[in-house]
Amino acid sequence: MSLLTVRDLKVSYGGIEALKGISFDVDEKKIVTLIGANGAGKSTTLRAISGLVPIKAGAITFEGRDITSLDTSQIVAQGVVLVPEGRRVFPNLTVLENLKIGAYLRRDQAEIKKATEYVFERFPRLEERHWQMAGTLSGGEQQMLAVGRALMARPRLLMMDEPSLGLAPLVVRDIFTIIHRLSEEGMTILLIEQNANAALRAADTAYVMETGRITMTGTGEELLNNQAIRDAYLGTKRVRKPKVPDAADTTASPTTQSIPATDPSA
Amino acid sequence: MTDFIGANLPYLLGGISVGGQYALIAIGYTMVYGILRLINFAHGDIFTVAGFLMVYMSATMPLAVSLPLTIALTVLLGFLVERAAYKPLREAPRMSIMISAIGVSYLLQNLMWYITGGLAKQYPRLPWVSDSVTIFTATTKVVTLVTPVLTLALVIALVQLINHSRIGMAMRAVSKDFETAKLMGIKIDRVISITFIIGSFLAAVGSALYFTNYTAVTPTVGAMPGLKAFVAAVFGGIGSIPGAVIGAFIIGVSENIIKALGLTTFSDAFTFALLILILIFKPTGLFGEAATDKV
Repeated sequence: MSLLTVRDLKVSYGGIEALKGISFDVDEKKIVTLIGANGAGKSTTLRAISGLVPIKAGAITFEGRDITSLDTSQIVAQGVVLVPEGRRVFPNLTVLENLKIGAYLRRDQAEIKKATEYVFERFPRLEERHWQMAGTLSGGEQQMLAVGRALMARPRLLMMDEPSLGLAPLVVRDIFTIIHRLSEEGMTILLIEQNANAALRAADTAYVMETGRITMTGTGEELLNNQAIRDAYLGTKRVRKPKVPDAADTTASPTTQSIPATDPSA
Repeated sequence: MTDFIGANLPYLLGGISVGGQYALIAIGYTMVYGILRLINFAHGDIFTVAGFLMVYMSATMPLAVSLPLTIALTVLLGFLVERAAYKPLREAPRMSIMISAIGVSYLLQNLMWYITGGLAKQYPRLPWVSDSVTIFTATTKVVTLVTPVLTLALVIALVQLINHSRIGMAMRAVSKDFETAKLMGIKIDRVISITFIIGSFLAAVGSALYFTNYTAVTPTVGAMPGLKAFVAAVFGGIGSIPGAVIGAFIIGVSENIIKALGLTTFSDAFTFALLILILIFKPTGLFGEAATDKV
Protein backbone atom coordinates (compact mmCIF):
# COMPACT_ATOMS: atom_id res chain seq x y z
CA MET A 1 0.00 0.00 0.00
CA SER A 2 1.20 3.41 -0.87
CA LEU A 3 1.74 5.54 2.22
CA LEU A 4 2.76 8.70 0.42
CA THR A 5 1.84 9.68 -3.09
CA VAL A 6 3.19 12.72 -4.85
CA ARG A 7 1.48 13.77 -8.06
CA ASP A 8 2.68 16.42 -10.51
CA LEU A 9 4.44 18.37 -7.82
CA LYS A 10 5.71 21.73 -8.99
CA VAL A 11 7.77 24.11 -6.90
CA SER A 12 9.44 27.26 -8.01
CA TYR A 13 11.34 29.93 -6.25
CA GLY A 14 12.92 33.08 -7.51
CA GLY A 15 11.51 32.45 -10.97
CA ILE A 16 13.31 29.12 -11.24
CA GLU A 17 11.24 25.98 -11.47
CA ALA A 18 12.97 23.65 -9.03
CA LEU A 19 10.45 20.85 -9.48
CA LYS A 20 8.80 20.56 -12.85
CA GLY A 21 5.99 18.20 -12.03
CA ILE A 22 7.25 15.07 -10.33
CA SER A 23 5.22 12.03 -9.33
CA PHE A 24 6.28 9.14 -7.16
CA ASP A 25 5.05 6.79 -4.47
CA VAL A 26 6.43 5.64 -1.17
CA ASP A 27 5.11 2.26 -0.18
CA GLU A 28 4.58 1.33 3.42
CA LYS A 29 7.53 -0.24 5.25
CA LYS A 30 9.83 0.29 2.31
CA ILE A 31 12.99 2.30 1.79
CA VAL A 32 12.56 4.64 -1.13
CA THR A 33 15.41 6.76 -2.36
CA LEU A 34 15.76 9.73 -4.65
CA ILE A 35 19.17 10.05 -6.20
CA GLY A 36 20.57 12.71 -8.44
CA ALA A 37 23.19 15.39 -8.67
CA ASN A 38 23.32 18.61 -6.70
CA GLY A 39 20.51 20.89 -7.76
CA ALA A 40 18.35 18.11 -9.18
CA GLY A 41 15.59 19.00 -6.73
CA LYS A 42 15.92 16.19 -4.20
CA SER A 43 16.02 18.41 -1.13
CA THR A 44 13.30 20.62 -2.54
CA THR A 45 11.07 17.57 -2.85
CA LEU A 46 11.43 16.70 0.82
CA ARG A 47 11.04 20.32 1.86
CA ALA A 48 7.87 20.62 -0.19
CA ILE A 49 6.43 17.49 1.42
CA SER A 50 7.22 18.97 4.84
CA GLY A 51 5.56 22.26 3.95
CA LEU A 52 8.75 24.29 4.18
CA VAL A 53 8.55 25.61 0.63
CA PRO A 54 5.37 26.78 -1.09
CA ILE A 55 3.90 24.38 -3.62
CA LYS A 56 2.88 25.79 -6.97
CA ALA A 57 0.90 22.85 -8.26
CA GLY A 58 0.32 19.19 -7.62
CA ALA A 59 -0.92 17.03 -4.80
CA ILE A 60 0.68 15.24 -1.88
CA THR A 61 -1.36 12.52 -0.22
CA PHE A 62 -0.39 10.79 2.99
CA GLU A 63 -2.36 7.76 4.19
CA GLY A 64 -5.10 8.76 1.79
CA ARG A 65 -5.37 12.31 3.18
CA ASP A 66 -4.44 15.35 1.16
CA ILE A 67 -1.64 17.15 3.01
CA THR A 68 -0.65 19.52 0.22
CA SER A 69 -1.91 22.67 1.91
CA LEU A 70 -1.20 21.82 5.55
CA ASP A 71 1.46 23.77 7.44
CA THR A 72 4.61 22.13 8.72
CA SER A 73 3.32 21.66 12.24
CA GLN A 74 0.20 19.84 10.99
CA ILE A 75 2.27 17.71 8.62
CA VAL A 76 4.52 16.65 11.51
CA ALA A 77 1.40 15.86 13.52
CA GLN A 78 0.34 13.50 10.72
CA GLY A 79 3.59 11.59 11.20
CA VAL A 80 5.64 12.91 8.30
CA VAL A 81 8.98 13.81 9.85
CA LEU A 82 12.08 15.17 8.15
CA VAL A 83 15.67 14.76 9.30
CA PRO A 84 17.07 17.89 7.68
CA GLU A 85 20.26 18.14 5.68
CA GLY A 86 23.28 19.06 7.74
CA ARG A 87 21.65 17.56 10.87
CA ARG A 88 20.57 20.88 12.29
CA VAL A 89 20.51 19.79 15.93
CA PHE A 90 19.88 22.69 18.30
CA PRO A 91 23.42 23.43 19.53
CA ASN A 92 22.21 25.44 22.53
CA LEU A 93 20.00 22.63 23.83
CA THR A 94 21.25 19.53 25.60
CA VAL A 95 21.07 16.16 23.90
CA LEU A 96 18.11 15.24 26.08
CA GLU A 97 16.34 18.50 25.29
CA ASN A 98 16.91 17.94 21.59
CA LEU A 99 15.12 14.63 21.95
CA LYS A 100 12.32 16.16 24.01
CA ILE A 101 11.77 18.87 21.45
CA GLY A 102 11.46 16.16 18.83
CA ALA A 103 8.37 15.07 20.74
CA TYR A 104 7.08 18.63 20.94
CA LEU A 105 3.62 17.78 19.67
CA ARG A 106 3.21 14.81 21.97
CA ARG A 107 1.70 15.46 25.36
CA ASP A 108 1.78 12.12 27.13
CA GLN A 109 4.83 12.28 29.42
CA ALA A 110 4.93 8.52 29.94
CA GLU A 111 4.94 7.96 26.19
CA ILE A 112 7.69 10.54 25.73
CA LYS A 113 9.76 8.80 28.37
CA LYS A 114 9.27 5.49 26.60
CA ALA A 115 10.29 7.05 23.31
CA THR A 116 13.42 8.49 24.93
CA GLU A 117 14.36 5.05 26.23
CA TYR A 118 13.73 3.61 22.78
CA VAL A 119 16.12 6.14 21.24
CA PHE A 120 18.76 5.64 23.95
CA GLU A 121 18.58 1.90 23.40
CA ARG A 122 19.36 2.40 19.72
CA PHE A 123 21.94 5.12 20.27
CA PRO A 124 23.73 4.40 23.56
CA ARG A 125 26.15 7.25 22.79
CA LEU A 126 23.31 9.70 23.18
CA GLU A 127 22.46 8.37 26.60
CA GLU A 128 26.08 8.73 27.72
CA ARG A 129 26.04 12.32 26.56
CA HIS A 130 22.45 13.25 27.35
CA TRP A 131 23.48 16.26 29.46
CA GLN A 132 25.87 17.74 26.91
CA MET A 133 25.06 20.67 24.69
CA ALA A 134 24.32 19.18 21.27
CA GLY A 135 26.74 21.65 19.70
CA THR A 136 29.64 19.83 21.37
CA LEU A 137 28.88 16.47 19.76
CA SER A 138 30.84 15.10 16.83
CA GLY A 139 29.27 15.11 13.37
CA GLY A 140 28.33 11.45 13.58
CA GLU A 141 26.81 11.84 17.02
CA GLN A 142 24.86 14.86 15.81
CA GLN A 143 23.47 12.78 12.97
CA MET A 144 22.43 10.08 15.44
CA LEU A 145 20.80 12.79 17.51
CA ALA A 146 19.00 14.20 14.50
CA VAL A 147 17.64 10.75 13.69
CA GLY A 148 16.77 10.11 17.34
CA ARG A 149 15.03 13.47 17.55
CA ALA A 150 12.94 12.60 14.51
CA LEU A 151 12.02 9.22 16.00
CA MET A 152 10.72 11.03 19.09
CA ALA A 153 7.88 12.40 16.99
CA ARG A 154 6.71 8.84 16.33
CA PRO A 155 6.97 9.16 12.54
CA ARG A 156 4.94 7.10 10.14
CA LEU A 157 7.19 8.30 7.35
CA LEU A 158 10.79 9.20 8.09
CA MET A 159 12.39 11.42 5.49
CA MET A 160 16.16 11.80 5.57
CA ASP A 161 18.02 14.46 3.65
CA GLU A 162 21.64 13.47 3.00
CA PRO A 163 22.22 11.70 6.32
CA SER A 164 25.76 10.68 5.34
CA LEU A 165 26.89 14.13 4.19
CA GLY A 166 30.26 15.11 5.60
CA LEU A 167 30.64 12.03 7.78
CA ALA A 168 33.60 9.67 7.97
CA PRO A 169 33.15 6.38 6.06
CA LEU A 170 32.84 4.32 9.24
CA VAL A 171 30.12 6.62 10.52
CA VAL A 172 28.35 6.46 7.17
CA ARG A 173 28.25 2.70 7.57
CA ASP A 174 26.71 3.11 11.03
CA ILE A 175 24.05 5.42 9.62
CA PHE A 176 23.09 2.92 6.95
CA THR A 177 23.01 0.13 9.54
CA ILE A 178 20.52 2.24 11.47
CA ILE A 179 18.45 2.88 8.38
CA HIS A 180 18.28 -0.88 7.73
CA ARG A 181 17.36 -1.62 11.30
CA LEU A 182 14.58 0.96 11.34
CA SER A 183 13.27 -0.46 8.10
CA GLU A 184 13.28 -3.98 9.49
CA GLU A 185 11.25 -2.71 12.42
CA GLY A 186 8.63 -1.51 9.98
CA MET A 187 9.54 2.14 9.44
CA THR A 188 8.82 3.68 6.05
CA ILE A 189 11.80 5.68 4.89
CA LEU A 190 12.25 8.23 2.12
CA LEU A 191 15.95 8.78 1.72
CA ILE A 192 17.89 11.17 -0.44
CA GLU A 193 21.58 10.76 -0.82
CA GLN A 194 24.50 11.87 -2.90
CA ASN A 195 26.13 8.64 -1.87
CA ALA A 196 24.09 6.90 -4.55
CA ASN A 197 25.88 3.62 -4.16
CA ALA A 198 24.90 3.13 -0.53
CA ALA A 199 21.43 4.54 -1.12
CA LEU A 200 20.68 2.18 -3.99
CA ARG A 201 21.96 -0.79 -2.02
CA ALA A 202 19.57 0.09 0.78
CA ALA A 203 16.56 1.00 -1.32
CA ASP A 204 13.57 -1.08 -2.29
CA THR A 205 12.57 1.52 -4.84
CA ALA A 206 14.66 4.28 -6.32
CA TYR A 207 13.94 7.33 -8.42
CA VAL A 208 16.55 9.26 -10.39
CA MET A 209 16.09 13.00 -10.51
CA GLU A 210 17.59 15.39 -13.03
CA THR A 211 16.94 19.12 -12.97
CA GLY A 212 13.52 18.97 -11.41
CA ARG A 213 12.25 15.84 -13.14
CA ILE A 214 12.18 12.15 -12.38
CA THR A 215 13.94 10.48 -15.27
CA MET A 216 14.14 6.88 -14.23
CA THR A 217 12.76 4.50 -11.67
CA GLY A 218 13.30 0.93 -10.62
CA THR A 219 14.30 -1.21 -7.70
CA GLY A 220 17.55 -0.27 -6.03
CA GLU A 221 19.18 -3.30 -7.53
CA GLU A 222 17.99 -2.55 -11.05
CA LEU A 223 19.41 0.93 -10.95
CA LEU A 224 22.59 -0.33 -9.36
CA ASN A 225 23.09 -2.55 -12.39
CA ASN A 226 22.08 0.05 -14.94
CA GLN A 227 25.10 1.15 -16.93
CA ALA A 228 23.91 4.73 -17.43
CA ILE A 229 23.34 5.15 -13.70
CA ARG A 230 26.67 3.58 -12.92
CA ASP A 231 28.38 6.01 -15.24
CA ALA A 232 26.53 9.06 -14.06
CA TYR A 233 26.26 8.58 -10.30
CA LEU A 234 28.29 5.68 -9.08
CA GLY A 235 31.67 6.55 -10.53
CA THR A 236 32.45 2.94 -11.22
CA LYS A 237 34.18 3.53 -14.53
CA ARG A 238 37.87 3.01 -14.21
CA VAL A 239 38.99 6.57 -14.54
CA ARG A 240 41.35 8.62 -12.46
CA LYS A 241 39.20 10.36 -9.89
CA PRO A 242 39.10 14.12 -10.14
CA LYS A 243 40.37 16.06 -7.14
CA VAL A 244 36.97 17.47 -6.23
CA PRO A 245 34.74 14.41 -6.03
CA ASP A 246 31.43 16.24 -5.62
CA ALA A 247 31.92 18.42 -8.66
CA ALA A 248 29.48 16.10 -10.42
CA ASP A 249 27.40 18.61 -12.30
CA THR A 250 23.98 17.72 -13.53
CA THR A 251 24.84 16.25 -16.88
CA ALA A 252 28.48 15.39 -16.49
CA SER A 253 29.51 11.81 -16.05
CA PRO A 254 32.73 10.90 -14.26
CA THR A 255 34.51 10.53 -17.57
CA THR A 256 33.80 14.09 -18.52
CA GLN A 257 34.55 15.57 -15.13
CA SER A 258 38.24 15.95 -15.62
CA ILE A 259 37.66 17.68 -18.92
CA PRO A 260 36.43 21.27 -18.77
CA ALA A 261 32.67 21.02 -19.18
CA THR A 262 32.29 22.57 -22.58
CA ASP A 263 30.21 19.89 -24.19
CA PRO A 264 26.62 20.07 -22.91
CA SER A 265 25.63 16.88 -24.67
CA ALA A 266 28.12 14.85 -22.68
CA MET B 1 31.21 57.59 58.59
CA THR B 2 27.50 57.99 59.19
CA ASP B 3 27.68 61.21 57.23
CA PHE B 4 29.36 59.46 54.38
CA ILE B 5 26.73 56.74 54.28
CA GLY B 6 23.98 59.27 54.71
CA ALA B 7 25.30 61.28 51.81
CA ASN B 8 25.96 58.41 49.43
CA LEU B 9 23.48 55.69 50.27
CA PRO B 10 20.56 57.39 48.51
CA TYR B 11 22.56 57.46 45.28
CA LEU B 12 23.48 53.82 45.57
CA LEU B 13 19.90 52.81 46.35
CA GLY B 14 18.66 55.01 43.55
CA GLY B 15 21.14 53.39 41.20
CA ILE B 16 20.08 49.88 42.07
CA SER B 17 16.46 50.89 41.75
CA VAL B 18 16.77 52.57 38.38
CA GLY B 19 18.96 49.68 37.27
CA GLY B 20 16.09 47.31 38.05
CA GLN B 21 13.73 49.45 36.00
CA TYR B 22 16.16 49.48 33.07
CA ALA B 23 16.50 45.72 33.45
CA LEU B 24 12.77 45.14 33.09
CA ILE B 25 12.77 47.11 29.84
CA ALA B 26 16.07 45.65 28.63
CA ILE B 27 14.73 42.09 28.81
CA GLY B 28 12.12 42.97 26.19
CA TYR B 29 14.79 44.25 23.84
CA THR B 30 17.09 41.33 24.35
CA MET B 31 14.45 38.59 24.07
CA VAL B 32 13.01 39.98 20.86
CA TYR B 33 16.51 40.36 19.46
CA GLY B 34 17.34 36.80 20.52
CA ILE B 35 14.49 35.41 18.46
CA LEU B 36 13.92 37.84 15.58
CA ARG B 37 17.33 39.55 15.38
CA LEU B 38 15.31 42.74 15.55
CA ILE B 39 15.92 45.83 17.65
CA ASN B 40 12.34 46.59 18.60
CA PHE B 41 12.48 50.38 18.54
CA ALA B 42 8.86 50.57 19.61
CA HIS B 43 9.64 48.94 22.96
CA GLY B 44 10.47 52.21 24.75
CA ASP B 45 7.19 53.67 23.52
CA ILE B 46 5.22 50.70 24.76
CA PHE B 47 6.77 51.45 28.13
CA THR B 48 5.52 55.06 27.88
CA VAL B 49 2.05 54.00 26.72
CA ALA B 50 1.84 51.86 29.86
CA GLY B 51 2.50 55.04 31.87
CA PHE B 52 -0.34 56.93 30.19
CA LEU B 53 -2.73 54.00 30.43
CA MET B 54 -2.14 54.02 34.17
CA VAL B 55 -2.71 57.78 34.36
CA TYR B 56 -6.05 57.59 32.55
CA MET B 57 -7.33 54.47 34.16
CA SER B 58 -6.44 55.30 37.72
CA ALA B 59 -8.48 58.48 37.31
CA THR B 60 -11.67 56.45 37.25
CA MET B 61 -10.79 53.09 38.72
CA PRO B 62 -9.34 51.79 41.95
CA LEU B 63 -5.74 50.66 41.88
CA ALA B 64 -6.69 47.00 42.19
CA VAL B 65 -8.39 47.30 38.79
CA SER B 66 -6.33 49.93 37.02
CA LEU B 67 -2.91 48.36 37.57
CA PRO B 68 -3.76 44.86 36.31
CA LEU B 69 -5.77 46.39 33.47
CA THR B 70 -2.83 48.61 32.49
CA ILE B 71 -0.54 45.61 32.41
CA ALA B 72 -3.06 43.59 30.40
CA LEU B 73 -3.58 46.36 27.84
CA THR B 74 0.16 46.92 27.49
CA VAL B 75 0.62 43.22 26.82
CA LEU B 76 -2.16 43.38 24.25
CA LEU B 77 -0.48 46.37 22.59
CA GLY B 78 2.85 44.54 22.38
CA PHE B 79 1.09 41.53 20.88
CA LEU B 80 -0.81 43.64 18.32
CA VAL B 81 2.29 45.60 17.29
CA GLU B 82 4.06 42.33 16.50
CA ARG B 83 1.08 40.93 14.59
CA ALA B 84 0.45 44.09 12.58
CA ALA B 85 3.93 45.47 11.95
CA TYR B 86 6.43 42.59 12.20
CA LYS B 87 4.66 39.36 11.36
CA PRO B 88 3.83 40.32 7.75
CA LEU B 89 7.56 40.98 7.25
CA ARG B 90 8.78 37.60 8.47
CA GLU B 91 10.35 36.71 5.14
CA ALA B 92 11.46 40.26 4.32
CA PRO B 93 15.04 41.51 4.67
CA ARG B 94 15.93 42.46 8.21
CA MET B 95 16.18 46.11 7.30
CA SER B 96 12.48 46.26 6.39
CA ILE B 97 11.31 45.02 9.75
CA MET B 98 13.67 47.46 11.49
CA ILE B 99 12.16 50.34 9.53
CA SER B 100 8.73 49.05 10.46
CA ALA B 101 9.79 49.14 14.12
CA ILE B 102 10.91 52.76 13.82
CA GLY B 103 7.57 53.52 12.17
CA VAL B 104 5.64 51.94 15.04
CA SER B 105 7.73 53.93 17.50
CA TYR B 106 6.79 57.24 15.87
CA LEU B 107 3.19 56.17 15.44
CA LEU B 108 2.86 55.46 19.15
CA GLN B 109 4.61 58.70 20.11
CA ASN B 110 2.38 60.75 17.84
CA LEU B 111 -0.74 59.02 19.05
CA MET B 112 0.30 59.91 22.56
CA TRP B 113 0.85 63.55 21.59
CA TYR B 114 -2.53 63.59 19.92
CA ILE B 115 -4.44 62.02 22.77
CA THR B 116 -2.74 63.81 25.64
CA GLY B 117 -2.40 67.15 23.91
CA GLY B 118 1.30 67.06 24.73
CA LEU B 119 0.84 68.06 28.34
CA ALA B 120 2.65 66.20 31.07
CA LYS B 121 0.31 64.06 33.11
CA GLN B 122 0.68 63.43 36.78
CA TYR B 123 1.33 59.75 37.49
CA PRO B 124 -0.95 58.48 40.25
CA ARG B 125 0.42 57.95 43.71
CA LEU B 126 0.57 54.27 44.44
CA PRO B 127 -0.11 53.32 48.05
CA TRP B 128 2.80 51.97 50.06
CA VAL B 129 5.43 52.04 47.27
CA SER B 130 5.16 55.83 47.02
CA ASP B 131 5.61 56.19 50.78
CA SER B 132 8.85 57.45 52.19
CA VAL B 133 11.12 55.25 54.19
CA THR B 134 14.33 55.95 56.08
CA ILE B 135 17.19 53.49 56.02
CA PHE B 136 20.14 54.42 58.18
CA THR B 137 20.04 58.13 57.62
CA ALA B 138 18.90 58.03 54.02
CA THR B 139 15.32 58.82 53.12
CA THR B 140 13.89 57.30 50.01
CA LYS B 141 10.65 55.90 48.61
CA VAL B 142 9.64 52.32 49.27
CA VAL B 143 9.66 51.76 45.51
CA THR B 144 13.43 52.15 45.55
CA LEU B 145 13.69 49.08 47.72
CA VAL B 146 10.89 47.16 46.06
CA THR B 147 12.24 47.55 42.52
CA PRO B 148 15.43 45.46 42.74
CA VAL B 149 13.67 42.73 44.71
CA LEU B 150 10.75 42.54 42.30
CA THR B 151 13.08 42.72 39.30
CA LEU B 152 15.19 39.83 40.52
CA ALA B 153 12.11 37.77 41.34
CA LEU B 154 10.72 38.31 37.84
CA VAL B 155 14.07 37.58 36.21
CA ILE B 156 14.46 34.34 38.15
CA ALA B 157 10.93 33.31 37.18
CA LEU B 158 11.65 34.13 33.56
CA VAL B 159 14.92 32.22 33.48
CA GLN B 160 13.15 29.23 35.03
CA LEU B 161 10.48 29.47 32.36
CA ILE B 162 13.02 29.59 29.57
CA ASN B 163 15.23 26.81 30.88
CA HIS B 164 12.67 24.39 32.23
CA SER B 165 9.37 24.72 30.41
CA ARG B 166 8.12 23.41 27.12
CA ILE B 167 7.56 26.88 25.71
CA GLY B 168 10.97 28.01 27.00
CA MET B 169 12.61 25.13 25.19
CA ALA B 170 10.72 26.10 22.05
CA MET B 171 11.95 29.70 22.44
CA ARG B 172 15.55 28.58 22.68
CA ALA B 173 15.10 26.36 19.64
CA VAL B 174 13.42 29.08 17.59
CA SER B 175 16.16 31.54 18.53
CA LYS B 176 18.70 29.24 16.85
CA ASP B 177 16.89 27.85 13.86
CA PHE B 178 13.40 28.79 12.62
CA GLU B 179 13.16 26.10 10.03
CA THR B 180 14.24 23.16 12.13
CA ALA B 181 12.00 24.39 14.93
CA LYS B 182 9.11 24.20 12.45
CA LEU B 183 10.12 20.63 11.64
CA MET B 184 9.62 19.80 15.31
CA GLY B 185 6.02 20.94 14.99
CA ILE B 186 6.65 24.24 16.78
CA LYS B 187 4.42 27.10 15.66
CA ILE B 188 6.93 29.90 15.20
CA ASP B 189 4.39 32.71 15.22
CA ARG B 190 3.04 31.58 18.54
CA VAL B 191 6.51 31.52 20.11
CA ILE B 192 7.24 35.01 18.78
CA SER B 193 3.92 36.31 20.12
CA ILE B 194 4.72 34.91 23.54
CA THR B 195 8.11 36.63 23.44
CA PHE B 196 6.44 39.98 22.80
CA ILE B 197 3.88 39.30 25.50
CA ILE B 198 6.59 38.62 28.08
CA GLY B 199 8.59 41.67 27.00
CA SER B 200 5.56 43.96 27.17
CA PHE B 201 4.51 42.56 30.52
CA LEU B 202 7.91 43.33 32.02
CA ALA B 203 7.92 46.79 30.41
CA ALA B 204 4.52 47.49 31.98
CA VAL B 205 5.79 46.47 35.41
CA GLY B 206 8.94 48.53 34.86
CA SER B 207 6.78 51.46 33.82
CA ALA B 208 4.79 51.40 37.05
CA LEU B 209 7.99 51.32 39.10
CA TYR B 210 9.70 53.99 37.02
CA PHE B 211 6.90 56.57 36.95
CA THR B 212 6.22 56.15 40.64
CA ASN B 213 9.64 57.67 41.07
CA TYR B 214 9.39 60.36 38.39
CA THR B 215 5.69 61.26 38.59
CA ALA B 216 5.30 63.13 35.27
CA VAL B 217 4.45 61.23 32.08
CA THR B 218 4.99 62.87 28.67
CA PRO B 219 4.94 61.18 25.25
CA THR B 220 8.71 61.21 24.91
CA VAL B 221 9.66 60.50 28.51
CA GLY B 222 10.13 56.81 27.74
CA ALA B 223 12.72 57.48 25.09
CA MET B 224 15.63 57.96 27.50
CA PRO B 225 15.02 54.96 29.78
CA GLY B 226 14.22 52.98 26.63
CA LEU B 227 17.55 53.92 25.08
CA LYS B 228 19.44 53.20 28.27
CA ALA B 229 17.78 49.82 28.58
CA PHE B 230 18.84 49.18 25.03
CA VAL B 231 22.42 50.13 25.91
CA ALA B 232 22.17 47.79 28.88
CA ALA B 233 21.06 44.97 26.59
CA VAL B 234 23.99 45.63 24.26
CA PHE B 235 26.38 45.95 27.18
CA GLY B 236 25.29 42.61 28.61
CA GLY B 237 25.40 40.97 25.19
CA ILE B 238 22.21 41.35 23.21
CA GLY B 239 20.19 38.13 23.23
CA SER B 240 21.32 37.25 26.75
CA ILE B 241 18.82 37.78 29.57
CA PRO B 242 21.29 37.65 32.49
CA GLY B 243 23.52 39.95 30.44
CA ALA B 244 20.76 42.51 30.03
CA VAL B 245 19.96 42.44 33.74
CA ILE B 246 23.57 42.80 34.86
CA GLY B 247 24.16 45.49 32.23
CA ALA B 248 21.11 47.39 33.46
CA PHE B 249 22.22 47.32 37.09
CA ILE B 250 25.75 48.41 36.16
CA ILE B 251 24.42 51.34 34.14
CA GLY B 252 21.91 52.35 36.80
CA VAL B 253 24.49 52.33 39.59
CA SER B 254 27.20 54.02 37.49
CA GLU B 255 24.87 56.83 36.52
CA ASN B 256 24.04 57.49 40.13
CA ILE B 257 27.67 57.35 41.22
CA ILE B 258 28.35 60.04 38.64
CA LYS B 259 25.48 62.07 40.03
CA ALA B 260 26.89 61.61 43.55
CA LEU B 261 30.18 63.00 42.31
CA GLY B 262 28.33 66.14 41.30
CA LEU B 263 28.55 65.45 37.57
CA THR B 264 24.81 65.01 37.00
CA THR B 265 25.06 66.74 33.62
CA PHE B 266 27.26 63.95 32.35
CA SER B 267 25.32 60.94 33.63
CA ASP B 268 23.49 60.37 30.33
CA ALA B 269 26.65 61.02 28.36
CA PHE B 270 28.38 58.36 30.40
CA THR B 271 25.86 55.71 29.34
CA PHE B 272 26.32 56.44 25.68
CA ALA B 273 30.08 56.72 25.98
CA LEU B 274 29.89 53.24 27.49
CA LEU B 275 27.92 52.05 24.46
CA ILE B 276 30.59 53.38 22.12
CA LEU B 277 33.34 51.70 24.13
CA ILE B 278 31.51 48.37 24.12
CA LEU B 279 30.91 48.54 20.42
CA ILE B 280 34.59 49.22 19.85
CA PHE B 281 36.17 46.80 22.29
CA LYS B 282 33.65 44.03 22.87
CA PRO B 283 30.85 44.21 20.34
CA THR B 284 29.31 40.98 21.63
CA GLY B 285 28.93 42.44 25.14
CA LEU B 286 29.53 40.70 28.44
CA PHE B 287 27.65 37.48 27.71
CA GLY B 288 26.92 37.74 24.03
CA GLU B 289 27.71 35.01 21.57
CA ALA B 290 29.75 35.66 18.49
CA ALA B 291 27.40 36.89 15.82
CA THR B 292 26.16 34.04 13.71
CA ASP B 293 23.77 34.76 10.92
CA LYS B 294 20.79 32.52 10.66
CA VAL B 295 20.58 30.46 7.52
